[in-house]
Amino acid sequence: MDLEFNVQGGDFVRAGNASSQIKKVLKQLNADSAIIKRVVVALYEAEVNIAAHAYDGVIRANIDTERIRLLLDDNGPGIPDIERAMTPGYSTASSAVREMGFGAGMGLPNIRANADEFVITSEVGKGTHLEITVYLNQ
Amino acid sequence: MRENTADRNSFRHALTIDPDVCVGCAHCMRVCPTEALRVRQGKAILQNNRCIDCGECFNVCPSGAIVIKQDEFDSIFAYQHRVALIPSIIIGQFPEDVTPDMICQALVSIGFTKIMLVEDSVEYLIPQVRNYVENADCEKPIISSYCPAIVRLIQVKFPSLVGNLMLLRPPLDLTTAYVKQELVREGAAEEQIGVFYITPCAAKIAAVKSPVGEDRSEVTGVFNMDYIYNRILREIRHKDVDPSIAVKYKPLSARSLRWSLTGGEANEVKGSCLAIDGIANVIQFLEKVENEEITGVDFLELRSCDQSCAGGALTAGNRFIAVEHLHKDSVALSSKKVVSDKILCDYKTANEGKTALRRVEPRSMLKLDEDMGMAMQKMERVNRMMCHLPGVDCGVCGAPSCSALAEDIVQGEATISQCVFLQRTMEQNKLSPDHAFKIMKQVWGDDRFKKNCHKPYKSK
Repeated sequence: MDLEFNVQGGDFVRAGNASSQIKKVLKQLNADSAIIKRVVVALYEAEVNIAAHAYDGVIRANIDTERIRLLLDDNGPGIPDIERAMTPGYSTASSAVREMGFGAGMGLPNIRANADEFVITSEVGKGTHLEITVYLNQ
Repeated sequence: MRENTADRNSFRHALTIDPDVCVGCAHCMRVCPTEALRVRQGKAILQNNRCIDCGECFNVCPSGAIVIKQDEFDSIFAYQHRVALIPSIIIGQFPEDVTPDMICQALVSIGFTKIMLVEDSVEYLIPQVRNYVENADCEKPIISSYCPAIVRLIQVKFPSLVGNLMLLRPPLDLTTAYVKQELVREGAAEEQIGVFYITPCAAKIAAVKSPVGEDRSEVTGVFNMDYIYNRILREIRHKDVDPSIAVKYKPLSARSLRWSLTGGEANEVKGSCLAIDGIANVIQFLEKVENEEITGVDFLELRSCDQSCAGGALTAGNRFIAVEHLHKDSVALSSKKVVSDKILCDYKTANEGKTALRRVEPRSMLKLDEDMGMAMQKMERVNRMMCHLPGVDCGVCGAPSCSALAEDIVQGEATISQCVFLQRTMEQNKLSPDHAFKIMKQVWGDDRFKKNCHKPYKSK
């Protein structure tokens, strides 16, 4: 099953829409609630990242009985140093974003911690690509 | 209506629909927060596994077809010691000239031998709640288990949050254990003690009759507050209460009196605590908690009714007036220490080793099938169907929303031709108007299509 969501840069109000929809789908599929929680937390962080850093982005979800795979592509500044971005507490968020309660620098590490498989690639000046896989039966 | 022990196991809900009274107006179906109602053959049908006993349907039913089951009043007379456990909000129901003493005297006059306020145990409970929130090794926020409709909501709709529920028994249980102990100490035989709870809502009945997290409730029976309110007021207005009845209202501490109101719990717990009332507000908030969109909260007091228990479906007075009345009373009490160390000690003995609830099990209503492969097939069918359904959620199909109809169809409980929009499309092809009419009658019954100048309405 495939689902697709658009995310607007700067729209923190609607960030969370995709994770709420995915959550509902996984509940209907009778997935384990602890697994649902990991998916939703990882996806919400990723949605907020697009809202905080990118101009816009697309989230594609592919679900089968084994796993959920989330592909996130944004048009944005990209990440020059991915290794540093993966360090807990490291953040490039603007002070305006921090004032809204986001940008504490836990986003990417938190996504990785909740995913079974996590791939991140980025091109400076173009955008970032994330692949988050969570197995539904483990 | 009297419940015997055999009925206790099968009694899952306090709310039932009387099909002889129901006119199939579907008002209930539109307000149910868990989409537990459908209309078939012109009658509302309640789906037991989805109902959380919140009472929203009861509040909007114009014909009085939704019944909140209570015990037979005369069942109290099977006991020599008959305790009425009244919630503090009952005081706020009556006109100002009816004093708490008069309420207690009237209760004795109709047959009770002892009157206790449910919140009598709150002073004993508060340190335990504080300790629980500070030291619990479960996930934050800790969610109060005070409101039984909220416990049931989390079980069916937010199964991943069952681990956040505070596993402490509510004041009702603690007070019941205490009052039984005290009566036994005074020489009563335990089997001669009946403890009867006067409830402001349906959820609390369900909590007594089919408790979650404990085997059985110690409460003997339950009466609806609207019924008892009428009995009390009749006693006061139409009879001179026997002056020999010397029973006096025993005041609570200010914070005990406010416990069942919005903020009653949250104000007594340290840390970041929120109080949210109204089932729609609660659902909206829990969605965000579940996504971890909201973090850093230590304690959540969640109540199904607007204005918490003062807004219960079985209350008699206006909820805002009742809240104001209790707040005034609690301000007058605020400096007084009314609970002695001895009483706290007696509470401890009465509840030793039984203050904890068992782990609450989820019972998700959302899954389309136990088997994930089947669930996925069903979901794909639902999604395809949603492309055809109009998305206006008109309810004319007998389901509360287009998505509910689509799910009913894949579960084999409805047919796609129940949708009036699709009927029009089908009539363009092969569906005869006669057949379409017959389908609508299957949902709404024959009477819905007859002229009726006396449709019931209710303003509350």
